[in-house]
Amino acid sequence: MSSATGIGASVKRREDVRFLTGTATYTDDLNLPGQVYGVFLRSPHPRAALGEIDVSKALKADGVLAVFTGQDTAADGLGDLPCGWLVKSKDGSDMVSAPHPPLAVTQVNYVGEPYGLVVAETLAAARAGAELVVTDFTELPPVMDLATAADAAPIHEGLANNLAYDWALGDAAATDAALAKADHVTKLSLTNNRLIPNAMEPRAALGKFDPASGNYELHTTSQNPHLERLVLSAFVQIAPEHKLKIIAPDVGGGFGSKIFVYAEETAVIWAAAKLGRPIKWTADRSESFLADAHGRDHVTSAELGLDERGRFTALRVRTTANLGAYLSLFSSAVPTYLYGTLLAGQYKTPNIHVETKGVYTNTSSVDAYRGAGRPEATFVVERLVETAARELGWDPAELRRLNMIQPEDFPYETPVALVYDTGNYQASLERALELADYAGFAKRREAAAVEGKLRGLGFSCYIEACGLAPSQLAIQLGAGVGLYESGEVRVNPTGSVTVFTGSHSHGQGHETTFAQVVSDKLGVPFDDVEVVHGDTGRVEFGLGTYGSRSLAVGGSALIRASEKIIAKGRRIAAHRMQTEVENVAFEDGAFISGNQRMTLQEAAFASYVPADYPPDLEPGLSEKAFYDPQNFTYPAGAHIAEVEIDKETGVVRLVKFVAVDDFGAVVNPMIVDGQVHGGVAQGAGQALLEHGIYDGDGQLVTGSYMDYCMPRADDLPDFVVDTTVTPCTHNPLGAKGCGEAGAIGSPAAIINAVTDALGVQDIAMPATSEQVWRCLKEAEASEGC
Amino acid sequence: MDEERSSMKLHITVNGADRRLEAPPNTLLVDLLRRQLGLTGTHVGCDTCQCGACTVHLDGRAVKACALLAVQADGHAVTTIEGVGSAQQLHPMQEAFRDCHALQCGFCTPGMIMAAIDLVEHGVPLSNRAVREGLEGNICRCTGYHNIVKAVLQGQKAMAAADDKQGAV
Amino acid sequence: MHSFDYHKPSTLAEAAALHQGAEDAAYLSGGQTLLPTMNQRLAAPSDLIDLAGIGELAGIATASGQVCIGACTRHAEVAASDAVRGALPTLASLAGQIGDPQVRNRGAIGGSLANSDPAADYPAAVLALNAVIHTDRREIAGDDYFLGLFETALEPGEIITRIDFAVPARAAYQKFPNPASRFAVAGVLVADYSGDVRVGVTGAGPCAFRALAFEAALAESLDPRALEGADIEGVIFNSDLHASAEYRAHLVRVMAQRAVAQLL
Repeated sequence: MSSATGIGASVKRREDVRFLTGTATYTDDLNLPGQVYGVFLRSPHPRAALGEIDVSKALKADGVLAVFTGQDTAADGLGDLPCGWLVKSKDGSDMVSAPHPPLAVTQVNYVGEPYGLVVAETLAAARAGAELVVTDFTELPPVMDLATAADAAPIHEGLANNLAYDWALGDAAATDAALAKADHVTKLSLTNNRLIPNAMEPRAALGKFDPASGNYELHTTSQNPHLERLVLSAFVQIAPEHKLKIIAPDVGGGFGSKIFVYAEETAVIWAAAKLGRPIKWTADRSESFLADAHGRDHVTSAELGLDERGRFTALRVRTTANLGAYLSLFSSAVPTYLYGTLLAGQYKTPNIHVETKGVYTNTSSVDAYRGAGRPEATFVVERLVETAARELGWDPAELRRLNMIQPEDFPYETPVALVYDTGNYQASLERALELADYAGFAKRREAAAVEGKLRGLGFSCYIEACGLAPSQLAIQLGAGVGLYESGEVRVNPTGSVTVFTGSHSHGQGHETTFAQVVSDKLGVPFDDVEVVHGDTGRVEFGLGTYGSRSLAVGGSALIRASEKIIAKGRRIAAHRMQTEVENVAFEDGAFISGNQRMTLQEAAFASYVPADYPPDLEPGLSEKAFYDPQNFTYPAGAHIAEVEIDKETGVVRLVKFVAVDDFGAVVNPMIVDGQVHGGVAQGAGQALLEHGIYDGDGQLVTGSYMDYCMPRADDLPDFVVDTTVTPCTHNPLGAKGCGEAGAIGSPAAIINAVTDALGVQDIAMPATSEQVWRCLKEAEASEGC
Repeated sequence: MDEERSSMKLHITVNGADRRLEAPPNTLLVDLLRRQLGLTGTHVGCDTCQCGACTVHLDGRAVKACALLAVQADGHAVTTIEGVGSAQQLHPMQEAFRDCHALQCGFCTPGMIMAAIDLVEHGVPLSNRAVREGLEGNICRCTGYHNIVKAVLQGQKAMAAADDKQGAV
Repeated sequence: MHSFDYHKPSTLAEAAALHQGAEDAAYLSGGQTLLPTMNQRLAAPSDLIDLAGIGELAGIATASGQVCIGACTRHAEVAASDAVRGALPTLASLAGQIGDPQVRNRGAIGGSLANSDPAADYPAAVLALNAVIHTDRREIAGDDYFLGLFETALEPGEIITRIDFAVPARAAYQKFPNPASRFAVAGVLVADYSGDVRVGVTGAGPCAFRALAFEAALAESLDPRALEGADIEGVIFNSDLHASAEYRAHLVRVMAQRAVAQLL
């Protein structure tokens, strides 16, 4: 059905009204009777042994009710925070996972690590109480340098070194041989800068325990409340799942950082039961900087071999990935399965080998942040390809065309374990070239030169694996859970529809798009479909929202559930129409046989008031489905960035950005464009502005918006976005996912443009004005020689 | 040093209503609004006066409610997002944000709208660049600002049209 | 935020007396730096004395080659003032570049100068525009006002009441903002008093300073190229993660050159 509200329509978001009028409900907006406030004790040191924690003064302060420490949670048998993905080293051994107690017990390992929780009647009293706690720290030397961390003295007691794993993928020997034979080898040493996600709503938790029923209820800022419940129940052992309800109400952005189960909500729900009072904790932004999981942070050396005709023959990648002090929930998978597997990019490179060393340092955990591994992979591939084109005098677009996987090559099996189902990479590239006015670039460059400015243009043709993930494959690769999604479609007696999804919306607009999908599938009015998410008490199960999976996996579950509704409806209609089920068709919301017609609403009513009803059919019209994808989806696209550099100051201005993406079938183009805009802005932030920096003493020096440079409106241009479509071949929507593409493609395009403008091989991200100025100065000096 | 000082009596016009309130001197305006008055549409996104999620109007001008004591609003008029429009009747700027898909997670949105309204009401006619510069005090992580800029320009026109209509009546 | 006693005096004398009688008082002007600092519990005055009720601290006046700004005048008022835009447009432009719109709607010139953040904008104007800072006790020449990092000539309890800027023949301000905080990494105001050129620099050192070498070069030849060989001496340039000392020194020169080009 195509309609003003169906699949493919830019329906205005129904959730907007509450956000626009200030009536949305974020976790910190909630208050419970008898509620008290928690403030965490956090380590000021990057590494220190925890001695005595003297809480006596704090406990005497006005309003302070309790101070809980890691000793208390340990004594109570609280389990560690787990890493949910077991990665094996290339020698077959399991990764080395350091124990991660929710509150540090014997040692703190990064600045900001929580080791205690002060609870008081008011927030002010809790803060004042926290300042009265006297902690005896014995400082230990921290491990801060990523490049040398693996072999430095171990951070964690009992570990041999700081290497969590030494993972590899691909054929090493074949790759080495092909590189040895290559006519040209392009080499780059790359840094993928540490980023701090900075969802605008800081993390928060409001925990409550009801001693009469033994029920726990936790409102928290989560992208996946069921996964949170599973971990808190099975691993941390707060309570069995049926006694633990997790609600993620309106959540103000996540970008990955709210996937993970953190120490704070764990301690809050545990302490709420200990104290017998609801406890609220909301992070200050300063706490978010210190204690949210960060993103990226790789150092990489990479080589791309080409034959005499410009064809890629081999790619060898060696990466060291910073995992921080502890393995956060998905952290181990990010620089391995979400990174190494993507190194084929859009190209027919026959030999690829990647090694990733995951290392511990005395920093906050590093885990999935928008794109999660795929931006890092794209950065390696696309920086290499662009550099190779320059070294060999190729037009970068032409070198890409030559090496791209062509439509007739699908399904295409890469040398790094994926099978791409479909795509048309060149179509996106050609459209992007047109929108970027590639042909006119030389003139724009000349015009800029007249103004004393340097113009540069850069490409990035990315691929991503989304729609995480086929469960058996994921579990085989070490995932601790399956990565299907659940959905339930409940047709109410009078024909309106309530949809329950295990996905979670924290900006993506599920309440609109999922209603579009179900309304379209069932032929019921859009306004008659309500979407429920984010509450383990209402939604059966779910794996949540990350990896651009919601529509491809969660939406597909709703299609499957809707199909079951239609199937049952056909049986009801066949009975009423006194015909066989095979004779009943379903069109535009009605069951039809010959000239007989029964609307879905009528069938629903009949199912709940089963007077004239098939005798062997259960009453009611509510169906569930668990959708397990058969493969990843492979969104891909071409991004082109154009920058202008002020030679005197080194300031880089992003003057144009074109993104042409193939997300397969699109449900709501308006929302898809918005996702691309946001992703590109985050990628531009990575390329030009953002950098999470720890100094050598282990202090986070970019710990506020005074120093961590968030992209603002005046840093960015309007974006030019468009889509090409090759529908995904293996899910019923044909959808591939769009949430991360902007952040995946854009950093490489922008850095390719900056290096093009400067005429240098590389510049580290972010390309700050001072760095650019130094590049220019060096170039001037060498020319002068 | 942290013993609670006695509360001060405050007289603030909040969203058009006369309010007689009491708060200790160290109460920020944003906390008075959120905790005492339940006006939770005003958000706190940082602690360095940078993100703008807490933007409200004080006597019609955009200010950051995290950098203002409640007592400094004594005798003044405060307008929050809840006072700008309602679900039944959105303000033209709210309508423009909806129409242009200028919000995703919604957390920065109230502050963004309060800043945008002030920009239109007190600035010169806005261009794309002027909107971008005028929103320097508001951070959004979701939208990349593209649709926000579009919405503010559209809202500017809608506000002018609404003024004309009012003037004609 | 720690507790404090709040006062809102209506006269300068009352304010000064309150300050003297308190254990560790602070004056509250726009509060755009002080309140976030207190909220982060990095400052904890015993008493906060709000100057907003003192009528004589408000207002803008122009008279005989001077623009006089009351200490509690907000940045947005200076930026939008017809009087300032007419007599000294550079000052209005500078005020319009401070912080962001919301901060400009609250922040006030007196508070900014009393705080003397090394990266604030107004200090460049105070020096280049040969300002006189009036307090409840005396007048301080702009040249004598900035002493060091967050250190000024103000005595404990002294209140800035007004700042008088001398109107030059022409002037221009160029700022290189910190991309994160939007404070000045280097801000340079060049003012031409009919051949006598003054150059005020902010953001680059521990406190604002006059670039005497630039002034001399520009007195010779009011041309951006005149600054190419001129080196600022006796200043230790700030170095932080946003700009090394070397880069800052470079930016000061570029901003100065651009200011000169703009005023010509």
